[in-house]
Amino acid sequence: MTATLLRREPPETPAEASSRRLTERVFRIRESGIIVVLALFVAVTAGVQHRFISDTNIQFILVNTTIYALLALGETMVVISRNVDLSVGSVLGMSAYLSADLFGGHHGIPIPLVFAAGLGIGLGWGIVNGLLVAAGRVPSLVVTLATLYIIRGVDILIVGGGMVTANTLPASFTGIPKSTLLGIPDLAIAVAVVVAAGAYYLRSFRSGRELYAIGSNPEAARLTGLPIGKRVLFAFAVSGAIAGVAGVLWAAQYGTVDSTAGTGYELTVITAVVVGGVAIFGGSGSVVGAALGALLLATINSALYVLGVSDFWDQAIFGFLLILAITIDRIISVKLTAALRLRSTRRGT
Amino acid sequence: MAPDVGVAPLPPHQGRPGLASIRARAPWAFRWETGLALVVIVIGIAGTTASPSFLTSNNLFNLGLSNGEIAIMALPMTLIIISGEIDLSVSSTLGMSSCLLGFLWSRHWSMIAIFVVIAIVGIAAGALNGLLVTRVGLPSLAVTIGTLTLYAGIAEILLGPNTVSNFPAAYTNLGVNAVPYTGGAITYSTAIFAVLALIFGVVLHATPVGRSIFAMGASPEAALFAGIRVKRVKTVLFIVSGLVCSFAGVLYTFRLSTAVQNNGVGLELDVVAIVLVGGVSIFGGQGSVPGVVLGVLAFAGIQNALLLTNFNQEASGVVAGGLLLLSVFGRNAASYARRLREWSPARRRRAEGAAVDGAAAGSQP
Repeated sequence: MTATLLRREPPETPAEASSRRLTERVFRIRESGIIVVLALFVAVTAGVQHRFISDTNIQFILVNTTIYALLALGETMVVISRNVDLSVGSVLGMSAYLSADLFGGHHGIPIPLVFAAGLGIGLGWGIVNGLLVAAGRVPSLVVTLATLYIIRGVDILIVGGGMVTANTLPASFTGIPKSTLLGIPDLAIAVAVVVAAGAYYLRSFRSGRELYAIGSNPEAARLTGLPIGKRVLFAFAVSGAIAGVAGVLWAAQYGTVDSTAGTGYELTVITAVVVGGVAIFGGSGSVVGAALGALLLATINSALYVLGVSDFWDQAIFGFLLILAITIDRIISVKLTAALRLRSTRRGT
Repeated sequence: MAPDVGVAPLPPHQGRPGLASIRARAPWAFRWETGLALVVIVIGIAGTTASPSFLTSNNLFNLGLSNGEIAIMALPMTLIIISGEIDLSVSSTLGMSSCLLGFLWSRHWSMIAIFVVIAIVGIAAGALNGLLVTRVGLPSLAVTIGTLTLYAGIAEILLGPNTVSNFPAAYTNLGVNAVPYTGGAITYSTAIFAVLALIFGVVLHATPVGRSIFAMGASPEAALFAGIRVKRVKTVLFIVSGLVCSFAGVLYTFRLSTAVQNNGVGLELDVVAIVLVGGVSIFGGQGSVPGVVLGVLAFAGIQNALLLTNFNQEASGVVAGGLLLLSVFGRNAASYARRLREWSPARRRRAEGAAVDGAAAGSQP
């Protein structure tokens, strides 16, 4: 037993090393691809309309990105494990209302407590999703489709025709999205730190790597003895908790919250994640890519506005972009497989 | 429909003999559809008790009115999910067709020309889904989330913030009047659903194409090796879905007499929920059109019963979602029971005992 544990991996053959390098290079290209598209978009728009790169507009784009980038972080963890969380929009909506409503009911409630409440609501729903998927062994598409309905329905039952308006919220709360550090919104910095932490976790932690393993081959992961249920539950819990926090931020940003807050967000988030290079059937992709995907969507949204194109074009462009991204990914992966096969035949391995 | 339905009875010493023999003699009693039919009957009884107006022709008319398009879209969805794919773009195909109708009508096109254009656009929308899934080899979930957004976006571009509502009464009457000679209970959408359900049912359950749809859902590879043109059939299914959904868009527009860019938003969830409640497996290869028809009845019945009992109608998603969860967990009930039995302490002790015995036996020289 000890012997097997201590046995060293055989040294990598040059052929293996080079194909690994090729694979890595391609995936790096995938992420830089988004950056190139992003840069092109910014350059062209700024060329036509200079105020696109004004400080105010950049701040606007960054703040708009934060909620989507946060949600994309949680969604990425779920998608990597070959699941999907469709309930994020509903969780965000419920958390936004209930947390903002706290200000009306309890005057002078500390803001961190409100964030904790949002996190708790989200975490609770995330655990419900995770348990249903992991213990119930039901596909997450179905489970989260159902909880999308249920959470929104419960939200409507709670809220009724009610609404939280901006004047019941303290200025220190609604000011959160507006405060900046050296011209960069505080929120954007905070989200960047969170995304970086998420990226580090997925890249370097054992349990993070196990999410990839589960997503790329669940059967193999099971045979290897990975705690699939536990990891999947964790991914859903994180996604829910993040959606809860995002709900509080949503309330801070928009001020007015009714029972429709966050409706349809799940589609935009999944679009951001997939455009960011995360494979919809798990096993590959990164949090940074997903966050860049969210940034790209927010940039396009703002660019259309600045260029005077009606924002009715947004959706069509997002949809087109999503299809384009998965098509390109597919072509890359087919070419990559072919290239690797060619190499191994040439080398006679 | 479940694969275990036609299995030969277990030998008497295995399992509980009573249950096994009932199962062998009356396999239909164990089908999902039977349980669902019972649920529908219970809903009918409960609804009638709660409100005397539940089973009146007037209420049946309203029930058909508010669920007609969803029910119609559920039929092609049934075939697509059985074939192992999914089409989430159904509602935005409906919305796109609705906006196209409004857009062209406001530009004084003739109705016939508009119908032709809508049919072509529906076919094209379905074909794009089908080709991306089968020829490019992309997962249908991702493709149709993309086209869900794309088609809804096209609908927005077509009408923007405008609303078109000056449709001729001859057409909008189709949306709100009952079919003649039905006692005012059957809407045109209900009648169309019934006819389509019959066609889809026959195609799925009584033709080679239908069998091949089950085969490719159960195992695409095996279906391919059996000589089934998997890609072609799937493409055709997506095209049929596009066509049917664009037709549903026309019905929807005439029913509300309004074309507006957010028509149909979110209906895809209702459609998928109905199909799964109807006993279709999300993994493909299992399901039936009668089951889905029962699913439609259960779904519509519950929503309607809630409406009559003054439950907040907007919150009916709680019930729809609950029904969806119940249906998937209900299907797995047998396997949960088995897992629970395997976990039981007595069983585990026995298994451990056997393992120890085995190890002891193995360690002997």
